[in-house]
Amino acid sequence: MIPGRLYRWAALACLAAGLAAGCAGRTSGGTNQGAEAPAKAIASIQDIGSDTLVNLALAWAEHYMSDHPEVRISVTGGGSGTGIAALINGTTQIANASREMSVEELAEARKNGIEPVRFTVALDAIAVVANPANPITGLTLQQLSGLYTGVITRWTEVGGANRPVVLLSRESNSGTYVYFLEQVIRLGDPKGKALFSPETLLMPSSQGISSEIQQNPNAIGYDGLGYVTPEVKTIAVARTAAGPFVTPSARTVLDKSYPIARPLFMYTAGEPKGAVKAYLDWVMGDGQKIVKDIGFVPLAGGGK
Amino acid sequence: MSGINPAAPRRRSRFSELALETLIRILGFSTIGFVGLIFLFLLREGLPVFFEVPPGSLFSARWYPTFGIFGTLPLILGSLLVTFLSIIIALPLGVATAVFVREVAPRWTREILKPIIEVLAGIPSVVLGFFGMTIVAPLVREILGAPTGLTAFSGAFLLAYMALPTIISVAEDALDAVPRGYRDASLAMGATKWQTIWRVVVPAARSGILTAVMLGMGRAIGETMAVMMVTGNAGVLPTSLEAIIRPVRTMTATIAAEMGEVARGSTHYHALFGIGIILFVVTFLINLTAASAIFRARRKGGLR
Repeated sequence: MIPGRLYRWAALACLAAGLAAGCAGRTSGGTNQGAEAPAKAIASIQDIGSDTLVNLALAWAEHYMSDHPEVRISVTGGGSGTGIAALINGTTQIANASREMSVEELAEARKNGIEPVRFTVALDAIAVVANPANPITGLTLQQLSGLYTGVITRWTEVGGANRPVVLLSRESNSGTYVYFLEQVIRLGDPKGKALFSPETLLMPSSQGISSEIQQNPNAIGYDGLGYVTPEVKTIAVARTAAGPFVTPSARTVLDKSYPIARPLFMYTAGEPKGAVKAYLDWVMGDGQKIVKDIGFVPLAGGGK
Repeated sequence: MSGINPAAPRRRSRFSELALETLIRILGFSTIGFVGLIFLFLLREGLPVFFEVPPGSLFSARWYPTFGIFGTLPLILGSLLVTFLSIIIALPLGVATAVFVREVAPRWTREILKPIIEVLAGIPSVVLGFFGMTIVAPLVREILGAPTGLTAFSGAFLLAYMALPTIISVAEDALDAVPRGYRDASLAMGATKWQTIWRVVVPAARSGILTAVMLGMGRAIGETMAVMMVTGNAGVLPTSLEAIIRPVRTMTATIAAEMGEVARGSTHYHALFGIGIILFVVTFLINLTAASAIFRARRKGGLR
């Protein structure tokens, strides 16, 4: 009995010792790493701005840092305006923007002695998708707005079959949700008050949207062009009823004939040098390979 | 151990006994402590919303968090609708299965059925959700004629399957606790087996069956993943009977879908924790009802 009990206590003591050793081991590991780090000079790049771009910018930064451990890139969202303001104040090297800088912002930057340089890093196009059984091939922005605000509730009203309309959207926290709301539902009117119809189904993932579209002939949805699968039908979109009805592609996005698309930019203060230049070159070169995975359209030829 | 060996030295045994007892006591109380801390955290993060948003609009009918509209009513009613619907489906199935396993099935069938029911409990909810999205939703749309298969009913159907293992095993225990004498007496009086089961055994076990239902409900109302995948997540107020085959948005799905991107400390963030508090209170009430049902049955000195 007694040896058994002693053994038990010994085991407990071992366990405690093991835990302590584990902790000590981790601490010493930390210090080792700290000691190694200053051996190489670390270039640190700040990258602040657009919430639309933030996921792509993070993915780029992670990929780039795993190949270039000497570079530290910290990516922050906050909106295009935040990024541009930081660039003007000189607190960031790169500003992500989903719009061009305004005349006022450019003037302010020049006043601070900064000449912003714009780089187009990716394209953001929103494809409108429906079930292949849906006879509709094209919709105007006005019709899309009517559908998504719940004014149009049956497909017959836009020339389709006699079926109810089921609206699909991404969750309200995604960048495409806001862009779609502003550009399509409010038709680009900054003072617009229109909202998504409460009947809109908010899908947690792009996969959820394409799965429901594939099996439901009533459904209409939208998503980043990169997420569109061949099993769904892409609807052509026109600015006005007179047309032309344009389907989204890298070409129609680049020549601006597709209405629900925009280029995404990175601004630098003056011509980039050193680590920032190397990073931007990579972004517009090899970095384009991961653009599609995040749901954006890669650049056709790349460059400014 | 030392209690059955009077030869062991008294002092040591008392010391080790005391140490172990203290350890076990600390562990036991720490569980209570953790629950308390979690609840405190929930209150700290969620209570501010009840001051930031006036109660009138907090319980209004629209949920547009991106535009500062925080009406939680559709979410609360959505959760309740899906949960009650799932219990309506699961209760007859669960009780019938428990009766079959316990009273009717021959021994070998019971040996096969019981582990299979336990396997049912082990299916990850995301797998069930995927099954629901690809198999159940299209069937609901085609058979019930709903515009989309992503409905409260589809969610309730999956939840029923998730609540079934709990309901079956607890109900089976309750049937098991009915003394053999009840059955023998009933059969001796000339009742058939069927009459014995439905008039004697099941009524005698009813409080246990009620507990089973309550536990199943607790399981159903807190379920997130499968519900988020199949209920469509449209924040519509379920007002008519038709709402059963229309999309709904539940409290759990809202928290899960929006928590990832919400800005810490914003009203939206507090609102999501506020929903957590509401959910906690509802679940607590359900468990309390279940516990008091058990307690009442025990006090009567009757059966579980």
